Amino acid sequence: MEAIEVTALRKTYKDKEAVRGIDLTVARGEIFAMLGPNGAGKTTSVEILEGHRRRDGGDVRVLGEDPGTAGQAWRSRIGIVLQNTDDAADLTVAEMVRHVGGFYPGPRAVDEVVELVGLTAKRNAKIRTLSGGQRRRVDVALGIVGRPELLFLDEPTTGFDPEARRQFWDLIRTLAGEGTTILLTTHYLDEAEALADRLAVLADGRIVAEGTPATLGGRAAAGSKVSWQENGHLRTEQPADPSELLRKLATDGTDLRTLTVTRPTLEDIYLTLIGAQR
Amino acid sequence: MSAGTFTPAPGRAPMRTIIGRQIRMELLLTARRGEAVVLAMGVPLLVLLGAGLTHATNLPTDDRLGFVVPGVLALTVMSTAFTGQAITTGYERSYGVLKRLGASPLTRPGLLLAKTAAILVQIVLQVIFLGLVAVLVGWRPQFGDILPAAGVTVLAAAGYSGLALLLASVLKPETTTGAATLIYVVMLAVGGIMFAAPDLGTAGWFLLPLAAHAQALRDTLMNGTGIPLSIWLALGTWAVVWLTLAARKFRWE
Repeated sequence: MEAIEVTALRKTYKDKEAVRGIDLTVARGEIFAMLGPNGAGKTTSVEILEGHRRRDGGDVRVLGEDPGTAGQAWRSRIGIVLQNTDDAADLTVAEMVRHVGGFYPGPRAVDEVVELVGLTAKRNAKIRTLSGGQRRRVDVALGIVGRPELLFLDEPTTGFDPEARRQFWDLIRTLAGEGTTILLTTHYLDEAEALADRLAVLADGRIVAEGTPATLGGRAAAGSKVSWQENGHLRTEQPADPSELLRKLATDGTDLRTLTVTRPTLEDIYLTLIGAQR
Repeated sequence: MSAGTFTPAPGRAPMRTIIGRQIRMELLLTARRGEAVVLAMGVPLLVLLGAGLTHATNLPTDDRLGFVVPGVLALTVMSTAFTGQAITTGYERSYGVLKRLGASPLTRPGLLLAKTAAILVQIVLQVIFLGLVAVLVGWRPQFGDILPAAGVTVLAAAGYSGLALLLASVLKPETTTGAATLIYVVMLAVGGIMFAAPDLGTAGWFLLPLAAHAQALRDTLMNGTGIPLSIWLALGTWAVVWLTLAARKFRWE
C-alpha cells in the first residue's frame, strides 16, 4: 500500500481555484518534496491530506484512509508540522513535548525528542522566550514525538540559520532511515535537492513537473551550457553535444582561461517550469 | 479488522485520557497567567468586600451582602466565561495553538470540549471560593432554589462563551482584548453589581445579561421567589444567539 494516493484533487475558495486536479503518489518510506511559489496550492493540498480542509473533488487516501472522515486512531499515526505557528506558550519546551506526547499511544521519550531537534540547552526555557528558529524546532519536536508513520512538514526550515538547517536535514534523514514517510513543502531548492527522493513542482494549482531531483523537468537530458570570453565579449552556446564545440575551441586557438561548462541546476529547471506558467 | 476487533487499538490513547490531560493543561496555563487570575478573582473579591461591607455605594436595600454577593458571583461567571476566554482564545488562534492542537490526536471537537470543561471547573472553583469568603463575612444564602440558580448560571456561561468565541474569531487578538475588557467594564458599571441596574424593564434583562443573571441569583439564593420567565428568556436568547453565531464563524487559525 502506498502512503499517499491522490487522484484529481480539486479545491476552490470563494473565487479562486486553488487546486485544479492534482494526481500524486507517495510510496512508504519515501521523502517527497512539493515545490512551488506562494499561492501555488501547496499548503492547501497538504492541509487536505492532513484532514484539515475539505476537498471539492477527487479521491484521497492517506495511510489507506480518507483524511476527510478518518478518526483519532488515524490521526495518531501521522505527524504534522504546520506553517507559521508562533506559540507564545507559558510552557517550557519539555512540558509542551511531554503534554503533546501524552496524546499518542507510544510516544518518544521527551529528552530524546528535545535532543533530536537540538534544543537540549533550552529544555526548561519557556517557549515564549525562544527565537523564531527555535520555536520552529519545537514545532518539529511536536510533529515527531508520537512516532508518526507519515510526517507532514510545511516549510519546516523557514527562519533557520544555515547550521540549524543542516542539523534539521540530518534529522529528516534519520527519521526517513527509521522508515518514516515524509512529505515536505519548501521554497528552498537546495533543501529539496538534498533531501527528496522525488519531488513535484506546483504552479497555479497544478503539478507542472514531477521526478527525482536529477531528472525533474528533463534536467538529465538537458544540454550543457558552454561560455567563454572572446575579444572581450561573453559568448554562450548550448550545443546538443558539447564535445565537438570544445574540440573546435581547443584547436582553433581560442583563449579558454574563462571557459565554463555548466549543467542546468535544479533552480534553473524550477524557474523555467514556473516561468512557463506565468 | 477481524484480528484487531478484540485487541486494543495499538494506535491510540483513549480519548477520555487525552481530554483529561488537556483539561489539566488548560487549568495549569490559566494558573500561570497571573493577570487572568487577578481579573477572574481579584476584581470580584474587591467588589464583594468593598461594596458588600462598606457603604461606598448606594444600594436599593439594607442587606448589602444579600444584594452584592449574588452580583459578584454573576460577575465572576462573566469574567471567566467571557472576558478571560475571549482574550485567551484570540491569542491562541493567532499564535496557531488551536490549529496545532486541533491537528494532534486531541482533535478539534476534543479541544473545544476540554476548553469548555476547564472553564466550568474554573467557574465552580471560583464560585465556591467567593461563596465561602462571603459566608465568612456574614452572607446568609438559602439553598432551596439551588437548582434553578445553577441552571441559570449554565445558560449565562453558555451565552458568554459563545460571545467570547465569536469575538475571538472575527477580531484581531488585540482588538478582542480591548473589546472584551470594555464590555466587562461597562457591564460591571451598569450591570447592577455595585449599584442598582438602570430600570429598563424586561428589555433590560436582554441588554444586560449580567444584571439578569445577578437578579436571578438574588431571587433564588436570597428571596426564594423563583426566577421570572423574562430572565430565563433573556439568558436563553443570549445563549442560543451567540453560540449559533460562534459555531458559524469560529476559526481555528
